Amino acid sequence: MPLEWFLAVRFLREGRVQTALIVAGASFGVLLVVFLSALMAGLQQDLLNKTLGAQPHVVLRTPDEQARPLRSPGHGAESGELVAARVERPTQRLRAISDWLRVLEEAGRTPGVSAASPTATGPALATRGGANNAVTLIGIVPERFRSIYDIDRRVKSGRFDLSGDRILIGKDLAIDLGVVVGDKIRLDGGPGRDDIGTVAGVFDLGVRDVNRRWVILSLRRAQTLLDLPGGISQIELRVSDVFAASELAHTLSGRTGLKAEAWTDSNTELLAGLSAQSASSRLIQLFVILGVAVAIASVLVISVVQKQRQIGILRAIGAPRGRILRVFLIQGGLVGLLGSIFGGALGGAMVRVFASTGSFTFPVTLDAPLFLRATLIAVGTGLLASVLPARRAAHLQPAEAIRSE
Amino acid sequence: MSEPVLELSGVRKSFGTHVVTEVLHGIDLRIGRGEFAALVGPSGSGKSTLLNLLGLLDRPSAGRIAVLGQDTASMDEAGLTDLRARALGFVFQFHHLLPALTAVENVAMPLAIARGRLTDDHLRQAGALLDAVGLGARTGAKISELSGGQQQRVAIARALVARPRLVLADEPTGNLDTKTASETFEVMRRFHAEAGVSFLLVTHDLSLAQRCDRRITIVDGLIAEDTRPGGA
Repeated sequence: MPLEWFLAVRFLREGRVQTALIVAGASFGVLLVVFLSALMAGLQQDLLNKTLGAQPHVVLRTPDEQARPLRSPGHGAESGELVAARVERPTQRLRAISDWLRVLEEAGRTPGVSAASPTATGPALATRGGANNAVTLIGIVPERFRSIYDIDRRVKSGRFDLSGDRILIGKDLAIDLGVVVGDKIRLDGGPGRDDIGTVAGVFDLGVRDVNRRWVILSLRRAQTLLDLPGGISQIELRVSDVFAASELAHTLSGRTGLKAEAWTDSNTELLAGLSAQSASSRLIQLFVILGVAVAIASVLVISVVQKQRQIGILRAIGAPRGRILRVFLIQGGLVGLLGSIFGGALGGAMVRVFASTGSFTFPVTLDAPLFLRATLIAVGTGLLASVLPARRAAHLQPAEAIRSE
Repeated sequence: MSEPVLELSGVRKSFGTHVVTEVLHGIDLRIGRGEFAALVGPSGSGKSTLLNLLGLLDRPSAGRIAVLGQDTASMDEAGLTDLRARALGFVFQFHHLLPALTAVENVAMPLAIARGRLTDDHLRQAGALLDAVGLGARTGAKISELSGGQQQRVAIARALVARPRLVLADEPTGNLDTKTASETFEVMRRFHAEAGVSFLLVTHDLSLAQRCDRRITIVDGLIAEDTRPGGA
């Protein structure tokens, strides 16, 4: 064993009570870091799952229609001059994505995209007896839709079946229209475009507006009702890294010429909330780490003072300054490592105990990177905290150190 | 005179910045190979200051110190540390052993420092030395488990383990009873005779000094007397 390690371990063993106290302090810090990190990660993942479970990460649509300035026809000096005094924004009508099969394939092949689903979506009126409700028709290809939405698990009554005239509606719409599985609803997509759908299932996607508006049906029937023969109005995508969705949307927009909207664009408040939560968690962890660092540094400074004479002897019998410096740095690192082992184990146990008693209303997971990060933080803190005491020890003059009482 | 292990010429040492106090006023001293000398003097005469300079633990304000013929004035801290490790051994009044280590580990420490790690060979060499000072049965003992005399013998073994050319001993028997002090002195004498190591003992004990081959007396920062009772 290198001499520095040998001496560091022996010095730590010599001051058992001091070592136990300093390791306990570091363990407590690691415990808090592990517990808070797991808690925050679980809470944020749960929020994301709840939010993104009912929506795609990126949606590709046809670009908004732009008003084109009217210019004078003909030849001569006045040709091409603006004629209109005021340019009004055009109304946005439902338009199909051209060559959507190619676009779907290209989007699906883009790195970072894990699933793509074509959708014909547009407004309609759902009628049952005397009740009329404005709804949004969602025409889908079931297998692809499943890869975006966790729909099977969210069907609360009936089943996910869009064959024939079967449709799925949200639970709030079912209440508004007073229907149950097996009942029929009239869907009106516009003049001359109406159809009857049989409710095969009632879903709950966790968002009231969605549960009140959405009517899910086969793509072919939606195309007919929305007057999009053979076309689709949007392509929905799921991505592997939800926080990279905005960047990916930008790339896809440039590549396809379509308007790409990421979930982050429509959930700015959620993002701000998550960001604030992360920032406050990081701040708490920073203060904990600072506290641990001060504790380790204080105990090591006391240890250097107590061991002045021993350091002097080591210097007198030939130990170079660098070696003394390393002895104390290693002590700091070892304290951090021991703290991460005990603190990690205790933090993990604490998370499990809280989870088993039902104290968390969301799933909390403990993974290897969390413990690795906590270990790196603890060892790094121990090393940094020991720099000052180690420098002090290394710069002791042997003659003065030996004389010290 | 034999080839010098250590040579001082015109060495002065002052302390303080605003009020400067000179403790040593120009010391000329030469310790030859295989000498067994005592440095005596009243309290405050500058013995400890001189010992620190001889041990390269401090630098002189003026003058020259040469160890094994090498002038130390131009050496940096690392050079002094290296020379100290190669040429000098130390025995202190209060033994100054490392309580975190066992007796044999303490003795092996100079070897471990030189190699950067503690090996079984170091422990074997240290064990043999402990055996030579009569502590072969206590190699694994903690320092706190040893008596004062035993601790001082461990310190002597530690000072000798790296085969230094000169051992500087600061009041090596000052903390021991008469019988133990005499035994400890004999241990040093034996190593001097067997290994040819030079010894310089700083002591208050005049009877001990008289048993040395040479007696150097320092008074008020100057060497007042340098005698060889045996006439060597």
